Amino acid sequence: MSNYLDISKISIDFPTPEGPFRALDELSLRIKKGEFVSLIGHSGCGKSTVLNILAGLLQATEGGVALDGKEVNEPGPDRAVVFQNHSLLPWLTAFENVQLAVRQVFRDSMGKAEMRDWIQQNLKLVHMEHAMHKRPDELSGGMKQRVGIARALAMRPKVLLMDEPFGALDALTRAHMQDSLMEIQRDLNNTVVMITHDVDEAVLLSDRIVMMTNGPAATIGEVLNIDLPRPRNRVTLAENGDYNHFRQQVLSFLYEKQRKVVEIPREPAVDEHEAAPARGKVAGLVDRLGRRA
Amino acid sequence: MISISQQTWLQPWIKLARGERPSEQLRALAKTLLVPLAGIAAFLLLWAVAAGQINTSLGAFPGPLDVWQQGGALLEEHAAERREEEAFYERQRERNAQRQAVDPSYQPRIFPYTGSATFIDQILTSLMTVTAGFVLASLLAIPLGILIGLSHTLYRAFNPVIQLLKPVSPLAWLPLVTMVVSAVYVSQDPLVPKSFITSMVTVMLCCLWPTVINTAVGVAGVDNDLNNVSRVLRLGWLTHVRTIVLPSAMPMMFAGLRTSLGIAWMVLIAAEMLAQSPGLGKFVWDQFQNGSSDSLSRIMVAVITIGAIGFLLDRLMLAVQSLVSWDKSADLR
Repeated sequence: MSNYLDISKISIDFPTPEGPFRALDELSLRIKKGEFVSLIGHSGCGKSTVLNILAGLLQATEGGVALDGKEVNEPGPDRAVVFQNHSLLPWLTAFENVQLAVRQVFRDSMGKAEMRDWIQQNLKLVHMEHAMHKRPDELSGGMKQRVGIARALAMRPKVLLMDEPFGALDALTRAHMQDSLMEIQRDLNNTVVMITHDVDEAVLLSDRIVMMTNGPAATIGEVLNIDLPRPRNRVTLAENGDYNHFRQQVLSFLYEKQRKVVEIPREPAVDEHEAAPARGKVAGLVDRLGRRA
Repeated sequence: MISISQQTWLQPWIKLARGERPSEQLRALAKTLLVPLAGIAAFLLLWAVAAGQINTSLGAFPGPLDVWQQGGALLEEHAAERREEEAFYERQRERNAQRQAVDPSYQPRIFPYTGSATFIDQILTSLMTVTAGFVLASLLAIPLGILIGLSHTLYRAFNPVIQLLKPVSPLAWLPLVTMVVSAVYVSQDPLVPKSFITSMVTVMLCCLWPTVINTAVGVAGVDNDLNNVSRVLRLGWLTHVRTIVLPSAMPMMFAGLRTSLGIAWMVLIAAEMLAQSPGLGKFVWDQFQNGSSDSLSRIMVAVITIGAIGFLLDRLMLAVQSLVSWDKSADLR
């Protein structure tokens, strides 16, 4: 099982009026079963594009992805996605949101009572059993993201794809969520691909950090093995030399080797999406295309 | 349907009854009750003054008092007509009983009452027609709106036709509909009168479009992340529409339905007037043709009734929306 998720030489072109625009160029990566891999890179470098190709929401122009020996060419619940903005259906309770996924995936293999237990078990895993009959608008941002994770886990996916899952949360909530995720990983040992642009988060959670070069034609710059022992504790790690060394390496990649010359946006950019107009026409268009697809 | 506590105009009364800070509640009452009442009073005054200035061939334009009296007269006529009807059937029953007593083999026959339709009857006919036309239109418009909202190709195909048909006045459709209904709806013993079908189809053709367009816009505006969730879960088409598309599009759909119902009611009155099919429109036209000294007052009663029913229909739609809407906190007005 050394090549559970095999990404081989994927490239993607987006059509623009000036001809095709190559956003990703021959990116290859092999991920082992049970491995936690983070993708890190500057805004607009194509991290989300990679994740969308893994999810099957986008098709690579060249190259391909195989999961557990089978080619990936459409979305499916074996590659559950945790979206950045939770993407819960606002008209369903936490329970019903997870139920929608469970019904869809296990309708032939689980009875009604079994399904209910499985939904509750997953909500318990993310510490949301107390609020499972609340609707998303009654939950805080962190709680919504917990339900999003429960929904993804409940599909019993082969790979869990996380698109900046904690990017929209405040620092304290983010730390709680990271601890929860480590706890879940200890129990379930899922294969995870996570996008982040938080260096601390990447070092704390990952087995490997994949650092991407800046676009256009983005690809993998460096890969860093994080062989820190588990369980990891953020407080004790703060004084750990290896931990600080890894952090320093990621920071040096991002801010020395791949230093980004950003035109100063007219208005302070809040996140990647808002920053798009400042990145010039082509990158902005790619971003839009990427999100639409 | 709408809980009492939600009715903002009732709240000061409730609080006053509970004895919560009376002076504040009285001020709130003045705002919610006195101001609208003052507006209505000003309108009535203006109406009364203006009416006195206008002299028509049927006498002075009716003021609020004349209209009020005619309103009462119309209700009284309705009650008299019902008494008449009851008496008619009673006479038949008596006669049949007498004949059967003489001749036991006699098969009794009841002749239907054929009195003239009263104002109330006309209101009921109009309400039935508008409901039928609106329901038929919604049954067509919502599925069509969902289909063209989901598919860019279908949208492009249908859009020119919709945009072309949308602004057509009911009066333009009416002759065509009348002819088509006469040609197609032929039956010795029709279940519903032809005039009903004609008005209903005209109403339907005119009130279809706001629901189609709004539903399509609502459906096309489904959050892309939710669409991605649906794709990852591989939801079937029907499940996708039911669990994701419909709830997302609900507010827009209801905005369309409310506009449609308003148009349906407006169109119906015009259609009834022109087609001489039973209903409030025909009542107005008959009074106009009648030309008695009461006619203008009676037409004015109809005008106010039409307005009140239109308003109530809109409130009814709002109540239905708040009943089926998932977002109870949404401010519906």
